[in-house]
Amino acid sequence: MRRLAAALIAAFALLLPMAALAQSAAQILEDHRALVEKPSRTTIGPVIAALAASDDPMVADVLAAWADRRLGLRKADGAFVLVSPVAEGVALRLLDGSDAGVLAASEITELRPNAGVRGMIAGALVRFRLSAPDPAARADALATIARDPAPEHLEALRQSLGEESDAGLRAQKARLERLLTLRFEDDSAARVAAIGSFSGDLGLDLRAALNPLLAVTRVALPLGAVPEGNLARDLTPGIDLTEAEAYAALVSAGLAPEPLTAEALKAALVANVEGGMVAGFPVARLNTEEARAAAYSALEAEGRVPPAATEDEVAAAIAAHRFVEIYAEPDPAVTTAAAEVLQGIELKLAAMQAADLGLDALSLASIYFLAAIGLAITFGVMRVINMAHGEFIMMGAYTGYVVQLFVANHTLSLLIALPLAFAVTFAAGVAMERLVIRHLYKRPLETLLATFGISIALQQLAKTIFGTQARPLTAPSWLDGALSFNDIVAISYIRIAIFVLALVFLVFFLWLMQRTRLGLEVRAVTQNPSMAASMGINPDRINMLTFGLGSGIAGIAGVAIGLFAQVTSELGSAYIVQSFMTVVVGGVGNIWGTLAGAAMIGTLQKGIEWLNPANTLAAQTYMILFIILFIQFRPRGIIALKGRAAGD
Amino acid sequence: MTKTTGLWLAGAFALSASMAAAQDETIKVGVLHSLSGTMAISETTLKDTMLMLIEEQNAKGGLLGKQIEAVVVDPASDWPLFAEKARELLTVSNVDVMFGCWTSVSRKSVLPVIEELNGLLFYPVQYEGEESSRNVFYTGAAPNQQAIPATDYFLEELGVEKFALLGTDYVYPRTTNNILESYLMSKGIPKEDIFVNYTPFGHSDWSKIVADVVALGADGKKVGVISTINGDANIGFYKELAAAGISADDIPVVAFSVGEEELSGLDTSNLVGHLAAWNYFQSADTPANAEFIAKWKAFAGENRVTNDPMEAHVIGFNMWVQAVEKAGTTDVDAVREAMYGLEVPNLTGGVAKMLPNHHLTKPVLIGEIRADGQFDIVSQTEPVAGDAWTDFLPESAVLEADWQNLDCGMYNTQTKTCVQIKSNY
Amino acid sequence: MTRSFLATHPSVLIFLLILSLFTIGVTILSEAYGTAFISTSFVKTLGKTLCLCLVALAMDLIWGYAGILSLGHMAFFALGGYMIGMWLMYARTEEIVLSALANEVLPPTTEEVTNGIAAQIFGVVGASELPPIWGFAHSLPLQLLLVIAVPGLLALAFGWLAFRSRVTGVYLSILTQAGTLALALWLFQNDSGLRGNNGLSGLQNIPGLAHVPQAELSIWFFWASAAALGLTYVALAWLVSGKFGSVIRAIRDDEARVRFLGYSVEGYKLFLFTLTAMIAAIAGALYYPQAGIINPAELAPIASIYLAVWVAIGGRGRLYGAVIGAAFVSLLSSWFTGGRAPSIDLGFYTINWVDWWLVLLGLSFVLVTLFAPKGIGGLIDLAAHLRAPDRKGAALGPDDSALREKEARE
Repeated sequence: MRRLAAALIAAFALLLPMAALAQSAAQILEDHRALVEKPSRTTIGPVIAALAASDDPMVADVLAAWADRRLGLRKADGAFVLVSPVAEGVALRLLDGSDAGVLAASEITELRPNAGVRGMIAGALVRFRLSAPDPAARADALATIARDPAPEHLEALRQSLGEESDAGLRAQKARLERLLTLRFEDDSAARVAAIGSFSGDLGLDLRAALNPLLAVTRVALPLGAVPEGNLARDLTPGIDLTEAEAYAALVSAGLAPEPLTAEALKAALVANVEGGMVAGFPVARLNTEEARAAAYSALEAEGRVPPAATEDEVAAAIAAHRFVEIYAEPDPAVTTAAAEVLQGIELKLAAMQAADLGLDALSLASIYFLAAIGLAITFGVMRVINMAHGEFIMMGAYTGYVVQLFVANHTLSLLIALPLAFAVTFAAGVAMERLVIRHLYKRPLETLLATFGISIALQQLAKTIFGTQARPLTAPSWLDGALSFNDIVAISYIRIAIFVLALVFLVFFLWLMQRTRLGLEVRAVTQNPSMAASMGINPDRINMLTFGLGSGIAGIAGVAIGLFAQVTSELGSAYIVQSFMTVVVGGVGNIWGTLAGAAMIGTLQKGIEWLNPANTLAAQTYMILFIILFIQFRPRGIIALKGRAAGD
Repeated sequence: MTKTTGLWLAGAFALSASMAAAQDETIKVGVLHSLSGTMAISETTLKDTMLMLIEEQNAKGGLLGKQIEAVVVDPASDWPLFAEKARELLTVSNVDVMFGCWTSVSRKSVLPVIEELNGLLFYPVQYEGEESSRNVFYTGAAPNQQAIPATDYFLEELGVEKFALLGTDYVYPRTTNNILESYLMSKGIPKEDIFVNYTPFGHSDWSKIVADVVALGADGKKVGVISTINGDANIGFYKELAAAGISADDIPVVAFSVGEEELSGLDTSNLVGHLAAWNYFQSADTPANAEFIAKWKAFAGENRVTNDPMEAHVIGFNMWVQAVEKAGTTDVDAVREAMYGLEVPNLTGGVAKMLPNHHLTKPVLIGEIRADGQFDIVSQTEPVAGDAWTDFLPESAVLEADWQNLDCGMYNTQTKTCVQIKSNY
Repeated sequence: MTRSFLATHPSVLIFLLILSLFTIGVTILSEAYGTAFISTSFVKTLGKTLCLCLVALAMDLIWGYAGILSLGHMAFFALGGYMIGMWLMYARTEEIVLSALANEVLPPTTEEVTNGIAAQIFGVVGASELPPIWGFAHSLPLQLLLVIAVPGLLALAFGWLAFRSRVTGVYLSILTQAGTLALALWLFQNDSGLRGNNGLSGLQNIPGLAHVPQAELSIWFFWASAAALGLTYVALAWLVSGKFGSVIRAIRDDEARVRFLGYSVEGYKLFLFTLTAMIAAIAGALYYPQAGIINPAELAPIASIYLAVWVAIGGRGRLYGAVIGAAFVSLLSSWFTGGRAPSIDLGFYTINWVDWWLVLLGLSFVLVTLFAPKGIGGLIDLAAHLRAPDRKGAALGPDDSALREKEARE
């Protein structure tokens, strides 16, 4: 499709110069007014070609303006004008470059070429931009060529290569030149050399250039016939393709008759009903496949229907033919070289894909870890089941959203939101501990239910206050984009930030529990409250602080999760079951266990997704099933506490 | 137990009270949209639209000399409750017509009830087709009024050769993608160039899927994404897309469930140029639309946006009013007969005509996302006739719906028989 | 035996009396057999409420009596609904397909009928083949057997694994919840063959009974639900009144001691878990033909939690408590969310119950847990002048999981 369009442009570019030479850009647009006002990629080609071929000095300006939606129609007289916004409205220039004053924006009909047409305009602009003084314009031109490589760009690219002063752009140009060479150059040796120069390269653009060279079509031909074109390989029916596929290939090549379908058989029988009988079979008895087949055979024997291919005939037809794949590219030297390069990177490619999957798994694991680390404190250390943990995460995310409403600067708002989210959820946690959980320390099942009640109430409150629609929580611009190692392995900066945050909290947790007085007291209180109390520790205070801490961390996790996903009132409930699973699978009471649990769940889920890329839901289902089974066989988790600390 | 009985008595009294009210001389319009639960945000807007339209009609002097009364119920995004509330509206409140439902499953839940009790429902949302009920008028888009033209746009205008069909795992994406797959294959796109993926509702971890889509470009064909991802999940998807640095020029995404409201949940500056296909955009530049937007903002608030299903309700309600006036009664069968062939102006220019298969003719608009969360309309077709049974699936291609002449919603044109009068649910 | 049992347990007789009065009352006031005072849709609501009471009984048995807080019993309830729904859909579609194919010249083959049914049922979700799990859907007796067999076997397998590894307390709760979530996610997939998010619909149209108006059908189902509730109540009351009841209550109070006494704790738990799963499934099989549609959202984890909420509010450890809780909370819930409850205007803010009902429910649940562990059932104790023994707040056992005084009643 695209090549066809490109060829059309090229053809017009060759034909039109004589006619277009004298034409100005204005004249061309005027001549094709209807096409220009409602441009379509399929019809606009000649107009762009004519513009590109015109020697009017305004052409580059006009094309650029058209692509940027700065070309408009003056409503008063329908004249084409170039517009640029100014304070009082839009400043106009006519297509001959003269100023035409300033008008209100409503006086202009903006022309809106769609993305396909804009791409074609950009293609026509390449000629002007490749050697433009502005490096940004040159980079634009290169991006256009990379996106839509066309043979006519090759020459222009080679010419501009020598003049390029910017080293980065020069490297890009050189690479593009080789990519275009291997596709469009006439000289076979030059193409093979260009292909060979890429040996070991993993670029997506390279594979995008090489794979079309190796595209094959399947051809069926009688035994003994010599296949035309660049033979890729022979296919063996039954191994490389199924019998049905082979026969279908024969049918489509006109080498065998259509197989008899159930509908055709039925239609044939219906057509031959005579007095309630078909070839001696009563109609009422034809209610099984076998009876119908028998009736058809009887009709066949009478010669009243065309014979249907039997299985033996199908097999014979397949055996009498050869099935081959033919390269679309006619030059064998080129296909061999391309296949070699691709084979050379196959292993590396697989390794890189595994690495990318690994990064995804790591990122997911860090998200689960971050969501679960608060639980590792409240549930893991204190053994309090807090089903409202997810809602604390949600509260953190909404805090981030509210802060962004007041502080427009995203970096600053994030800096405010993180501690504020901690403060809000810390307070909520302390309140909950004081009012509810304190009374239920001896009744874990009731804690579960009571915190569920709180969870339901909090979720509904969030819905009432913020509505059910997702709210925006935008990351600062320095977290936009992704860190890419090559065209395959990449990870977005937000995910890296979450990973770093998870690490920070891991270190913080370890420091708090192992190195501080509070940690010591927490461990003492959870192991034996009465003994701890007799040592002068106030268990009430410690429980309150610990619970608040766990909740506060959940709030910070909420801000982080909101940055990469959506902030809704159901944000928390989406993570609660997985968070508990993370803690339980890892082993309650051990932060390393939580880490191991998160790593296992993340890897497992990405692994299943990789096995079945069409259905992400299945990955979640099987992941949970696996965890349930895992807990049956290792009820204490990956890293089980032993001795006194285990609590029993 | 005493409390239960008391409550039941109270409920029974409430019911009998409303039964008595049904004898009053008003025309009752049932509004069956969720006002709570997950669908509330989308459906509440439609309820408000209905209230605005009814208020406006009453100000014009009502209908058949009577005032119109809106009966609003809340099915709470709970699918079985839709059936229960529909039965209540029809048998207890005795409404003459209902406007409602959003998701396909809610419509399927209501179908058996309205077919049993011969009610009338106007359904305003784009859906997967493969249905034509005697008692439902579908004022949203069928697949050939949204998905197929958008795919054509990809093929012809953007030159896309390889497709990623990403959807949330439920009936609308499943059926739409099925239709698109067979449509694309009929257009010469080989099966291995169509990548399909289904994600759960509210999915947030998109990195792998986006990487998969990027990797599709490795064989040198232009890749495009057709997204039937629903609701909130879009936010994570677009964020990941932006983070991966994929511009609309590299891999364009066309979405069927992302409108003005959904975009208000995220920063669109990185999404400029990605596409959506609807029958209506708020940015449509017509006098009728400007007037409607002004009325809506006056009724509901300055910062509210308008969207496609709202336009569907506007068309549906105006058409019903015309049909009632033409029939001179609100009797369901008479109104149904009067509906066929009625024409009502669209807000985007042109007219919507009710077809005998209970679908509308609608223009298809394709818009590019702007930085301000609105859409630049880059393509607008002539009105397309809605097709209840798609032509691109073999089992459906032989089916036809014609309630005017054939009195059948599922007529097999090969065997010339009516497969069934009632719908599949 | 039964007579003496009823004599010693007057609450059973009272319950049966109220239930039959209620059933007769609804019948007399119904559209089909009476004064048409109650609309058909309200009869359906009441019938469904009786089914919810039935599943609450099962929940009470497993949680209130045996102390196993299962957060998965609504999954068994929904599975029962799915099993009966498969037959309902299949048989109804078969009627349609047969009548369509009857017009053709050739009599239909079995394959044509099956393919036709599959296309009708699965055309909606873009498939046209009948998945293998629909293998028994053509037969009502087989599918009825599956109503109890599938949830029963699932509960057996899950329970065997869990109880064998001595997973108890909150861990078991979380595990059952995760299991429910996995089942719901599995059902949400279209590939699982139960129509994904769309679920099974049109279940209120009973195959072969197309001529019976819904007004009558709704009363029939109401009777069936009432009968199932009554029978189950009597059976369970008998079960918990005997030695079995004592053993499971003992397991609740101190599992280790019961084990040391030589009882097979795991066996008892497994039996109870499976039995209650089957009761839940029967309740579901009666519920969904009245609701008309079942889809995976019905077994979201939150549904099972509501079940626990009903039982807790009604009063754990007594069968009538569960029934009261389920009826009271579910009816109140539908009253509040139905928009019938009047909004309260506070001047500066209007409390709209559609928005605030869940907040109220959540908080009242916390309050019940904290201050009234006996729930509404405690009111009946007050009326009957029953008081728990006064132990000055001490636990009844030395262990953390031992029964607190406030819970000790029977």
